[in-house]
Order: sequence, then C-alpha cells, then structure tokens
Amino acid sequence: MSATSNSNWSRRSIFRAAAGMAAAGTLAACGSNNGRGGSGGSGSGKHLVQYFHAYGEAGTEQALKRYAAAYKKADVSTSWITGNNFESALFATLLSSKAPDVFEFHPQLQLVKSGQVADLSDLIDPVKDDFNPNDIKSHTVDGKIYGIRMIDDPQFFYYRKSMLEKAKVDVPTTLDELIEAAAKLTTGKVKGLFLGNDFTAIQNNLIWSAGADTLDAKNQIAYHTPGVIEGLKKLRTLFTSGHVLLDAPTDFWDPSSLDQGLCAIQWGGMWSMPAMQKALGDDLGIFPFPKIGSAGKQSVYNGGWSIFVNAKGKNVEAAKEYVKWLWIDQKQYQEDWATSYGFHIPPRTSIANQATKLKSGLPAEGVKLFTDYGHFDNIGWDQTMITAFNDVLASSVRKNGDPEKALDACDKKVNVELKKLFG
Amino acid sequence: MSTTTTRGVAQPAPAKASPARPRRALRGNPTFNFWLFTGPFLIGLVIFVFVPIVWSIWLSFFDARYTVTPSHFIGFDNYKQILTNSNFPSSLVTFSVFAAFIVPTTWALSLGLALLVNQLTFMRAFFRSVFFLPTAVSYVAAALIWKMSIFNGVRFGLANTVMSWFGVDDTSWISNPSPPWYWLVIVTLRLWIQAGFYMILFLAALQNIPPELYEAAAIDGAKKGWQTFRYITLPQLRATSTAVILLLLIAAYQAFDEFFNIIGTKATWAQTPLMELYKTALGTDQDYGAGSAGAVILSLLICIVTLAQGKIMGFGGGEEK
Repeated sequence: MSATSNSNWSRRSIFRAAAGMAAAGTLAACGSNNGRGGSGGSGSGKHLVQYFHAYGEAGTEQALKRYAAAYKKADVSTSWITGNNFESALFATLLSSKAPDVFEFHPQLQLVKSGQVADLSDLIDPVKDDFNPNDIKSHTVDGKIYGIRMIDDPQFFYYRKSMLEKAKVDVPTTLDELIEAAAKLTTGKVKGLFLGNDFTAIQNNLIWSAGADTLDAKNQIAYHTPGVIEGLKKLRTLFTSGHVLLDAPTDFWDPSSLDQGLCAIQWGGMWSMPAMQKALGDDLGIFPFPKIGSAGKQSVYNGGWSIFVNAKGKNVEAAKEYVKWLWIDQKQYQEDWATSYGFHIPPRTSIANQATKLKSGLPAEGVKLFTDYGHFDNIGWDQTMITAFNDVLASSVRKNGDPEKALDACDKKVNVELKKLFG
Repeated sequence: MSTTTTRGVAQPAPAKASPARPRRALRGNPTFNFWLFTGPFLIGLVIFVFVPIVWSIWLSFFDARYTVTPSHFIGFDNYKQILTNSNFPSSLVTFSVFAAFIVPTTWALSLGLALLVNQLTFMRAFFRSVFFLPTAVSYVAAALIWKMSIFNGVRFGLANTVMSWFGVDDTSWISNPSPPWYWLVIVTLRLWIQAGFYMILFLAALQNIPPELYEAAAIDGAKKGWQTFRYITLPQLRATSTAVILLLLIAAYQAFDEFFNIIGTKATWAQTPLMELYKTALGTDQDYGAGSAGAVILSLLICIVTLAQGKIMGFGGGEEK
C-alpha cells in the first residue's frame, strides 16, 4: 500500500449503490449478466480504460493523461479513483462490465490464481535484466511475470532535525528509543510522532523490524512470533501515551502533518519528499523503522505500484501493446513519472542511473535506505491477509485486546486464504 | 402515507367525488392511461428492485466467489458461513443496540422540534426550513465534515478548540475506541441529518389535529401543556409515530455511509451489518454468495421487525375509526 489518495467524494455513488442494493437484499445487481465484460469497446481494440488511484502530488493526473494521449494506436481513457480504499473500488469494478483493461495495483497472488491478470512475460523478458531483480521476483509466479513495476516507493520516518536537536533526542534505532523520543518531543502544540491515523501503515514494518516475516519461503505464517507480540504491546503503550498524533486531518501518505508542525516525526513515503523539502528546507531527515527486541533489525517498506492487464477484458492484446509502449518503451515518460512529481525510485537500472534528482542529498539517503533496509512485497501475502492483519492492529493496539488472541484470529483467516492459494 | 391523512372530524366528508369529466382525456381508455403512468416506474422497480432481490436470493445458494453467475449449488452453506464464521452476527447485535438508542432519540428530538416550530407564531417557515435543510446534505459529505473539521484530533479541530476553553486536552475522537467517543460523532451526525426530515412529518401531523379536540378538552378542564400533550397530541400522532419509528428502524439497520467514512473498515468495532456485507461481497473476498445470504437474512430481519412493530403499534392506525 502506498500513496493512497486524498479525497472521498467520488466514492459516494459506489457507497450509495452498495447500500441501497444490499438494503433491498441484493448485492448482486452489478449490471450486465456475467459482469465480466471488457471496457465496452468496439472490439476493434481502439478504446482502452486504465485505472489509477489518485496520487496526491500535483500534476500527476495530467501527466498520466498526457502519456495516454501520446499513444496513437488506441484511445486510452483514464479513471482517476479518489477515495480511501482504491482496492475495493478496483476489485468491485473488475467484476463489472465497466472493468478497466489496464490497472495499477500491487502484486497479489489471488489476481493470478483467479486468472484476473494477464501474463506479461513476453513484454518484460527482452528488458528483464534492466529491472531491479526484486521487482521481477515479486511479480513472478511459476516463471511467468504478471505485472510491470512502474515505481518503487520506500516508506520510512521523516523527522524535523531542529525539533530533535532542541529536545536533545538522537535518531531512534530501537522501538523503545522511538517511544521515548515521542515523549520528549511532545509539547503543548506538537505531538512527538505520527504513524498514520489507524497505525496500519506500519504493520509490515512491525513484522520485519521484529525479525519476523509475513510468510516464510514455504508460504506459511511467519509473523506469529514473540518479537511481533512484544512490538504490538509496545505500540499499545505508545498509542495510549498521548504522544502520538491521532485523527489528523490527513493520513500518513500526505506530508501535511509534518509540514504544518503537528508532529516532530512522521511515517511517510519517498513520494512526499519534494513537498516536505519545499516546506521545511534542510530541517528534514529520514530514518528506517527501528528494530524491536534483540532479534530485530531496522526495516523500510519498499512499496510501490505496478501495472497489470485485465486478462478478462475484451482488449487484452491491445492493452498489452499499450502497456509495453508506455511502461517498457517510453523511458522519458517513465523517468518523468518517477521523479517529476513525488519522488519514486525507478525500478529500471538504466533510468535510475540517469535520475539526477535522486543522486544527492536527502533523496540519495532515501535510495540508500531502500537498498540497505528495504523489504519488497511478497506476492503470496494478498489483500485478504493484509486485511486480517489490519484487524490485529485494530484489536490489540487501538483496542486493549490480547495480541496473542488477535494473532490467533488472524492466523485462522490467513490459513484459510493460504489453503485457497496454495492448496 | 397515513402521516398526511386528514382526519375528518372538523369537516364533513365531501358529498362525493365530483362526477365531472376529466378536463382533457388523454385517451378514452383508462387501462392505457394506467399503464402509461405506472409503466415507467414499474419497469424501474422490476429492473432495479425485484430482479436484484430474486438474483440475490438465488446467489445465496451458490458458491459465488469472484462471479455473479455461479454454477455450483451449495444449499445453505453460505448461510451457515455468514452466521457462524463471520463478524456479521455480532454486527447485528451491535446495531440492534444502536437502533434501540438512535430510534427513540431521533423520534423524541424530531417531535420536540416539531412542537417547538408549531408553537411559533413568527418566522415559522424560516425555522422549518432551517431544521429541514440538513436533510439535503449527503451522509458522505457530512461525514467528511464531521471527521476532518469538527472532530479531528488536532488542536484546531472545532470540538477540541471548544474543549480547550475548559482546559481539556486534545481528544482523539475517532481513532481511539476507548472511551468510545466515536459514537458521539456518529450520533450527532445522524441526528443532525435525520431530525429535520421527521420533524416535517410530525409538523404535518400536528397541523392535522382538529383544534376542536383541544377546545373540548379545555372545556372539560384539561390543563395546557403536559396533560393535553399526553392525552390528545400524542394519541393523535400515533399513525405518524408508527411510520416514523418504522422508517428510523430501517434506516438504523441500513446505516453505512457515515460509518464507512468515519470509522472505516480498518477497525474491529462499529462495523455495521451492511459494512460487513460490503466487505464480504465487494471487498477482497468477492464472495457474492455469502454476501447475498447475509443480505437475505438482514431483509428478513427487517421484515419481521416491521411486521411485529406494526402488530404492536397498529400500523396504519390512522384509518381506524
């Protein structure tokens, strides 16, 4: 999960429809009969629909539409999905007759298993060596590559150097130090720390920093460890300490909380860096999620967005051609997309090498954190499991539930899903 | 609806419907006219209500993951799953409690507003409009205002600003479920949006109460205020009250928009039955079978409650003589 968007209005119609229909006892009224149509194009492949979540940075929507307009072989229209959960909007639409031909998402195995996304190996293979091997790995199932990584988005902590100096706080390297720092940095008007409004943004880092993993190499649960439980307990004390910013008007993906001085340390993504530098100048530093317990290590979440082709759409070939044109061939657009608005790390070495904006200063530090501490998505850790782990944070950090019990409940749901995916 | 029925104590019933011909007959055939006027609505009703209901009932007996045209019949398994292996039953319990609170509160508030506005001799239309206006606001827009500007957790949020005048520290109204301040956020929003609409219904009913009743009561020595309210106004509002409570009850079980936007789905509390069904059917599971089963259960429940309530309070009691 990465730069989620910043307004909710246009989701309204979907809520209304869902609410109204369910009320009438009918969640199924999603339009045409099999609900599996393509873009409604003429079949000649001249019209394609692409789905993107609303990036928060100014100019992104225009840029995307500009790239699409430059494509001559098909007329590509862009749906720019605002709202706070792109995934449910996307999943609901994929089932309808208005399903997009091309969409961005994260690599998740259930999309491959259900035949939702097309095999893109033949597009990527010629340039495979140019991609970050981790980005290839996270999109590969049984030797086939199912999505093209557009951008890598490391997530880490941003902090105000001046505030830490004033409070005589060193950059924290353990969770205990972070909790202590939050306490020292909290003053009447400023909260020490902002982890996002519901704490779910850091759920993967909690696992990795405790020395655990989401799933192990055999695709079994690897997050249920004493280290993770310790981390959850500490997060609970942090949550109730009064030193974290809660119910901020914007969430972690938006730079506003740090920019406006609501907090001294904020969890965020590399995409926010240009906006934060503009607002705060040199008074800005970054550090990875600190380690938890003695077996822990610092971690950074290498999120990002990938482009997929809807294998159940009507224009699969045309969509593949478009995707190849934009995300394989058009390197100047790829570089523009990665570095002109928010900062993202280009997954392709050849582009990363010439991205001068990322070569020095804070962006270069971000790239270093990405390389040294980064964990990539595991394609087997799908949305159902992510949602199950959301509940762990809700019930044992935001509520005073027993972490052990919350993890047990999560295990149950994850195991059901693992069985569906791997048998 | 019975809420606007004029009760004919004051005036005798008109002699009979005027036998005069319609001003301009569309065509001589009443059957044609009937279908002309009801047809479009009926088509909409069939396509958007009846077909989906039947489809949903059908889906609920099939294994419908990632599809709405399933082929694998599984009997009552979906019902078993949604009732035993999900958060749906507990959300029903939570929302029965919610309904038990919000329904009488909204009823009392809208009746109170109606009585106050009805008393006005001056600027009545203005106040009527002012109280009714929030009805025009969408739940989603209101939820965002409540969440982002009134009840946000930072020092410049409206609620926190007011609290700071009394020396109270910043409160996180929504993120932190203990104490459950989020109910305050939800309930105030719901009251703000709903009360005005039901106030209008009560106002119409109040103006329909024949003044003779009050005059007769005054002659019999009834005191103004509580006594007349208790023995004349309230019984005369019975039909309207029944309808209002019914609508409120259905609205409570159908709660979705403000919960979805304020609490969100990344919480384990305050998940409404519809949010649970939304997550099951339209979320990552895309399990339309189980979702439909839940929807059928919810519909049945609403039907049963409605019928039971009608039985107890006498729905349509306005017609009785």
